[in-house]
Amino acid sequence: MSAVAVDGVWKYYGDYPALKNIRLTAERGACLALIGRNGAGKTTLLRIIAGFNRPGRGQVRIFGHEPRETDTRRQIGFLGHGISVYDELSAFENLKLYAELYNLPDPRGSATEWLERTGLARVSGGLVREFSRGMRQRLAVARAFLHEPSVLLLDEPFTALDDKAIAVLQRLLREALAQGKTIVMSTHQLREALELSSHVAMLNRGQVAFHGPCTPEMVSDPGYVYARYGEG
Amino acid sequence: MGFLHQAFVITVKDLRAELRTKEAVNSSFAFALVILLLFSFAFDSFEETTQQMAGGLLWIVFAFAGTLILNRSFARELPNDCLDALIAAPISGAALFLGKAVANFILVMAVELISLPVFGIFSNVHWTRQFPELMLVLVLGSWGMTIIGTIFSALTVNIRLREVMLPMLTYPILIPPLMGAMQLTSGLVAGTPIAPDTVVWLKVLIGFDVVYTAVSLFLVETVLVG
Repeated sequence: MSAVAVDGVWKYYGDYPALKNIRLTAERGACLALIGRNGAGKTTLLRIIAGFNRPGRGQVRIFGHEPRETDTRRQIGFLGHGISVYDELSAFENLKLYAELYNLPDPRGSATEWLERTGLARVSGGLVREFSRGMRQRLAVARAFLHEPSVLLLDEPFTALDDKAIAVLQRLLREALAQGKTIVMSTHQLREALELSSHVAMLNRGQVAFHGPCTPEMVSDPGYVYARYGEG
Repeated sequence: MGFLHQAFVITVKDLRAELRTKEAVNSSFAFALVILLLFSFAFDSFEETTQQMAGGLLWIVFAFAGTLILNRSFARELPNDCLDALIAAPISGAALFLGKAVANFILVMAVELISLPVFGIFSNVHWTRQFPELMLVLVLGSWGMTIIGTIFSALTVNIRLREVMLPMLTYPILIPPLMGAMQLTSGLVAGTPIAPDTVVWLKVLIGFDVVYTAVSLFLVETVLVG
């Protein structure tokens, strides 16, 4: 059974088909880089996989289950464009809130542990609105990883990160892959993404233009997939 | 984690966030104060007709001031895409909705309870004469207002003109409970207890609250995810 299975998914915005008959799979322990130009449908697809939006046609399965099922949601970690933490709460309060919502056995302990792992322990009591951009991004990473999800859905995770946050995220992603977790990430930062990826899927105007293993040619020349399967 | 504990976590989060900024409560209370002051100038508080309309005036203030709080309910989740994280979390839409509704209810009630003595002074109304029954009407009317405001706040959260849309959508639906609350409040502040001929309005309030709470809890998952 695939960790993530997208089967014949269509999504319309009005009459415009943003996704056309998408078929993709990501096996347990795989890292799938979802690439494509702006407007290709990467974010729409990730949001449907995460269960935020329902497809017009087709279906998504996470370990064989519908993404909106409560137990399935426990297995998904989503890091989107927004950081999804509250400016009015402290870093600790934010992580404790999500630890409680995910029903973790020790919300305070989990929050403290992830603040330490992302280098935010010394500002745990500070309000998020007072944080720098890099600190906010690291807190967002901690929020997404907090409940130890089996499937990580990351929408352009390296965008707008500072060096420290990129290093933290890459380390956490390598650890996740080593633990057999599945990662699906959309990205424009091909070099960072392809170094981690086992598979690549390229979307072009809402359709899958390429889906296959990440080859050495792709890693050495990140523009290779665009040149070969895209519009140059 | 049980349904009620999930809702409680959301309530605490919303109240904590609001108490840190006081955005909604301050604007709502300031609005209520200004309208009560203007009403006291517009109507002679010693006229018998003014006393008869007191309940109506009070609920007009509560309805408008309450909208300022309810508008913020789901809009609070927008700035950092926090709504995505809440939808992704393994809690039911109903628990999320109930938690937000309870937080809104507490804030709306706080503004109303602070406004009530101000109303008494400005409008020369002895509002404490039927205090327990008045509190019952206040709770039932405010819960109905809160439930409708919260579900429509979820529905309009991604609409650009949501501040305009929310009152346009909620006020027509709120006509029955507001009519009931106005009728009952006018009598109660005049010192008349709820009688057999006015108890029908109490039933309207209870019925409205029960039906719309159930419908909202049932529909909110569809409203949030589509």
